[in-house]
Amino acid sequence: MKKLFALTSGIALCAGMASANDDLMGLIDDPNQWAIQTGDYKNQRYSKLDQITKDNVGDLQVAWTMSTGVLRGHEGSPLVIGDTMYLHTPFPNIVYALDLNAEGKIKWKYEPKQDPDVIPVMCCDTVNRGVAYADGKIFLHQADTTVVALNADTGAVEWSVVNGDPSKGETNTATVIPIKDKVIVGISGGEFGVRGSVTAYNIADGSLAWRAYSMGPDSDILVDPETTMHLGQPVGADSGTNTWEGDQWMIGGGTTWGWYSYDPDLNLVYYGTGNPSTWNPAQRPGDNRWSMTIMARDADTGMAKWFYQMTPHDEWDFDGINEMILTEQTIDGTERKLLTHFDRNGLGYTLDRETGELLVAEKFDPAVNWTTGVVMDKESPEYGRPQVVAQYSTEQNGEDVNSTGICPAALGSKDQQPAAYSPQTELFYVPTNHVCMDYEPFRVSYTAGQPYVGATLAMYPAPDSHGGMGNFIAWDGKEGKIAWSIPEQFSVWSGALATAGDVVFYGTLEGYLKAVDAQTGDLLYKFKTPSGIIGNVMTYTHDDKQYVGILSGVGGWAGIGLAAGLTNPNDGLGAVGGYAALSDYTALGGQLTVFSLPN
Amino acid sequence: MPDRCVGPFSLMFPPNRKVRLMKRAASPIFVAAIMALGLPVAASAQAWSDQAIDPAADHPEVPVSYEDGGRYYTEDDIPTFNIGDDGAVDWLSFSGFRRYHSECHVCHGPDGEGSTYAPKIKNSAVNLEYYDFVDVVVNGRKSGNSVMPHFGDNKNVMCYLDDIYVYLKARGMEAIPRGRPAKKAGKSDLIAETENACMG
Repeated sequence: MKKLFALTSGIALCAGMASANDDLMGLIDDPNQWAIQTGDYKNQRYSKLDQITKDNVGDLQVAWTMSTGVLRGHEGSPLVIGDTMYLHTPFPNIVYALDLNAEGKIKWKYEPKQDPDVIPVMCCDTVNRGVAYADGKIFLHQADTTVVALNADTGAVEWSVVNGDPSKGETNTATVIPIKDKVIVGISGGEFGVRGSVTAYNIADGSLAWRAYSMGPDSDILVDPETTMHLGQPVGADSGTNTWEGDQWMIGGGTTWGWYSYDPDLNLVYYGTGNPSTWNPAQRPGDNRWSMTIMARDADTGMAKWFYQMTPHDEWDFDGINEMILTEQTIDGTERKLLTHFDRNGLGYTLDRETGELLVAEKFDPAVNWTTGVVMDKESPEYGRPQVVAQYSTEQNGEDVNSTGICPAALGSKDQQPAAYSPQTELFYVPTNHVCMDYEPFRVSYTAGQPYVGATLAMYPAPDSHGGMGNFIAWDGKEGKIAWSIPEQFSVWSGALATAGDVVFYGTLEGYLKAVDAQTGDLLYKFKTPSGIIGNVMTYTHDDKQYVGILSGVGGWAGIGLAAGLTNPNDGLGAVGGYAALSDYTALGGQLTVFSLPN
Repeated sequence: MPDRCVGPFSLMFPPNRKVRLMKRAASPIFVAAIMALGLPVAASAQAWSDQAIDPAADHPEVPVSYEDGGRYYTEDDIPTFNIGDDGAVDWLSFSGFRRYHSECHVCHGPDGEGSTYAPKIKNSAVNLEYYDFVDVVVNGRKSGNSVMPHFGDNKNVMCYLDDIYVYLKARGMEAIPRGRPAKKAGKSDLIAETENACMG
């Protein structure tokens, strides 16, 4: 079965550009491969493989391991295409092609030459969330924003293109998404006053197809004022500039460093935009559109079909970049094309992904306190807007005032670490943070290429809870309710995987790979890998045997905030050191661990 | 370039200490000259930060010798922190807490405690001499894939360089516990004036 598939795949490769998408879609549909970082175009991170089940996962053991040779935060996961595994690293962004027929022997290695000056302009570690595959090419989006297409067989560079300018703070941490004959890429740098954009390059030669900014004139943000919709209304003219004061939109943030999903039937690509720049809300009056926005764009042209701005005029750094998970579920007797999104702001949203209609917006962590909720009455002038609690409003409290006890913290109830969805249980499995903060904004001046933050933060575990900094939850997206919740000592910073074996996998910052029952959340297996896990769990088969792979290598935002442990300034003397320091549990690493059942 | 970076930003020498400054040859011009020459700071990226601090030991760049307009200095005119009898930290240390957690903590971790990839800078502020600390912040440094950026043209850092320095030195000496300082002295007119002039 698998050999047959590999053969057809080979033929498709020779057929050229037009079939690039068919080729990738075929690979994605084959559960024996892990052909895209997100598991599939829907970002479900669900595998139909069922050799490993909830009944036998307790017997799981380590099959093989490999050091990546880099000691930094390891996000993303390897890909498996046919008999080859493609493994990436954080900066300097090495790519290894490993021959699974030869016990992981290195077929080729690619190491780009990048100026180390890019390192300090990357907010929060030099992570990279992995490579993509299409049309016989491996796509790497380097830290310095160079997008490079490598020959999947040889590692030879077929083309490369520079997407941004690191000297202005433009960098990259994200993977890319190949769609049809294009590869779509984002950009990082919201803490450096970068104006976010999404860019499509032609797979054939790397030439630019379209670019859509997050804010700016209509011609920059690719909207039709009459037909691009926001909450059921046309966005109107100049929507990307008329909620900004002066030229602030030019350094307005709204970067695009998260995950992308795609619906081939609607031909729409979905993603979220990040925080408006700066973190001091007083310096940017207005709604700051279209930061903090879920976007649906035509994959061929970039033209926006609909937007939904989740957090108008952000006051807390609640980036909206987390993944959009596409599902088909029945609501009130009708099957609908849905989009579910767990935002940094602590709200789990469900929308109709065809129209952008808002269906559900509920807190997915009971600790969330900055809002009383989103107005769902379509007749209300506040429709679709979160209602801000004055006590936790850093805008209303003003510059140079320390607003305390805000939940969640700036890293969000969930950051980029992607959730999984099982069509069997109709539950989402969500890695979350359970951390609150004090936030004090103050005036900053802008210098190109320099941090442009303008707030000081103190973070601590959610008060009056279990004392830990994370939860791993199961979420009912139709009802907007938590089905079950597993308390974790640290934020869960690893992408989840759900499988047809009724097992859900995730990693922890201490370094455990954990397997839980998809129905109940009961712990079925855990194994401590060499370093903390911020990577995403993946699965594939080789020679008809199912494997589960995970990258270890602590770092990222979690490696900054939690390395020395958090403190609660409100706890007074004696509590300092009472919260766990991650450095007491794990150390730097960079390793792939692959698990399987015993023979 | 480095002299231009340092020039407009005030390394806060008290105006009434000119004699001492000359004796120590530590005038701003001299500092600029060091930086223009790009004299290397000998220690490796990790070495100075990993040296634990013994607060009981003799640290010549710590004890307060005199106060000038809400700023505190050692007998060698090095900026330092001050903790009042009521436990209140001086304004600069408080201001340094704020600016540090805006500009520096995304690499160096909360409270100067370090992260998985950047050193425990609260120790550096004690182990490094003041002018070496300033040099690293202004000009940056590189050690393989470990890179400290240069902040010489960033007003949000340069206008608050002494603030950040004295805050971190206080953290390194454990004179200020982790988290937001509970009590602080007021902001003097001189400090406000200097800040406004620097930020423009």
